[in-house]
Amino acid sequence: MSDDIAISVYDLRKRYGDLWAVDGVDLDVKRGEIVAVLGPNGAGKTTTTEILEGYRDRDAGTVSVLGVDPAKGTPAWRSRLGIVLQSARDLGDLTVAESVAHFCAYYPSPRDPDEIIDVVGLSEKRDSRGADLSGGQRRRLDVALGIIGRPEVLFLDEPTTGFDPEARRSFWGLIESLQDEGTSILLTTHYLDEAEALADRVFVIAKGKVVASGPPTTLAGRQEALAVVSWVEDGQRREQGSATPTSLIAELSTRLGGEIPELSVTRPSLEDTYLKLIGFEEGVAS
Amino acid sequence: MSTSTARDPRVVRPGVGRIGLLRARIELKQFFRDREAATFGFALPLLLMLIFGSVFSGEIAPGVTFSQYFVAGMIASGTVYSGFQNLAISIPQERDEGTLKRLLGTPMPKSAYFLGKIGLVAVIYVAQVTLLMLIGKLFFKISLPSTALQWETFVWLSVLGLSCCTLLGIAFSSLAKNGKGAPALVTPVVLVLQFTSGVFFQYDQLPTWMQQLAALFPLKWLCQGMRFVFLPDNFQVKEAAGSWELPKVALVLIVWTVLAALLAGTTFKWLRRGER
Repeated sequence: MSDDIAISVYDLRKRYGDLWAVDGVDLDVKRGEIVAVLGPNGAGKTTTTEILEGYRDRDAGTVSVLGVDPAKGTPAWRSRLGIVLQSARDLGDLTVAESVAHFCAYYPSPRDPDEIIDVVGLSEKRDSRGADLSGGQRRRLDVALGIIGRPEVLFLDEPTTGFDPEARRSFWGLIESLQDEGTSILLTTHYLDEAEALADRVFVIAKGKVVASGPPTTLAGRQEALAVVSWVEDGQRREQGSATPTSLIAELSTRLGGEIPELSVTRPSLEDTYLKLIGFEEGVAS
Repeated sequence: MSTSTARDPRVVRPGVGRIGLLRARIELKQFFRDREAATFGFALPLLLMLIFGSVFSGEIAPGVTFSQYFVAGMIASGTVYSGFQNLAISIPQERDEGTLKRLLGTPMPKSAYFLGKIGLVAVIYVAQVTLLMLIGKLFFKISLPSTALQWETFVWLSVLGLSCCTLLGIAFSSLAKNGKGAPALVTPVVLVLQFTSGVFFQYDQLPTWMQQLAALFPLKWLCQGMRFVFLPDNFQVKEAAGSWELPKVALVLIVWTVLAALLAGTTFKWLRRGER
């Protein structure tokens, strides 16, 4: 196992009854990298993540997190991980400060409790009980408890669900600062803008299999896909796909005598690429 | 970068004992802040003592008031409330709310969780028993144990009873499908055992079949032992065997404790069905 690999997964399989929820997933996270796992509900994201976290066992495959098989994880190994689970309703009767101070005690070299409360933006809520926090504030408490032990690997399962746009931006800032400290992060999310903003690489999972992986900007040859040039001519909106949009525009400019009315050039967004990858066809669903 | 993040092996992880103590502290905070748990698990038995003591004020034997008899049964029940009922209801709720899953994801040694529960149960029991004795003494003039032997018996009965009930509570916690259903599963067990084991009624006046049924379970024996602690010695003629049978009390409790330990150890679940 190479030292600069934080997580490696090879041919991971997990079955529930007759259904292969995870059906041969390969995945890796390098040290200091942020990797996002995308996929529809039931695609196997959470199952995969929870196998890596040591919660679930697997039916086949090789898995290593910080050089350790999660199925055989020890407390010493756990002290190097941070886990932010999808839905927790616990700690309702404790204040933010009490919860954070308590969880510090589990780790060999925890962060300063006050600092961490400040970092996740809960300073004003430090004496509020968990039950009295809003959804977004609860999530930030979960994140605080996840990063309290200065984890080398951090798992974030849909961390910003229920955040308002402002809170999400500040959360992204927090995640980036953790990356700057060298933390490797595996993130599952439904928000494609989140994956695009944070992830060095994304893995798209559908029906238990990885259908595409790579940096968000070049996922599934996205950068080479035809650009769509759109303009108005004779009072009508025109659209044309082109592999060479620059020359098309030059041609248009000559034809229309300089300025091209309402010109735009677009490439498929990450969302377009993603929807195509998971087999979503417009007009079929929703 | 890859080596700079490697952890210094000399950094020691906090010890199990210390974390267990911290867990007990946080468990107590949560218990007394949780209105439902604090009411049903702590305040209700004290209220029952006040009500039963006030309603049944007469003597059941020369020099023995019902309150004197009842305090023995309620203190025996104290192990059931704080150990069995408390854990059999709260652990499924913790499993549902994600408390256990969160803890499992931290380096907390698993044994520290159980140490915390033991601490929680012990503190609740001691507080409850102290208040029961105080209420009995102040309002119903009950007499407290007077001999060293009675106090010694009280201590070992408490320790055995608590061990047994705590382990049974942990074992029982795996039966409830979810946190919401747990009270409906646990409360009837506690009530039926109390009615048949001689807490609310005099055991010697129960039908024989009921006595025999109750004798299969630990509460009947705990009550009997506590009667030795709190009742005058001549009351033992009313016991089923005509004596206190303390060795048998100890034996039954030990057998149940061992069984409960085996059950708890083999059936405990950290995660809900579908999360495993």
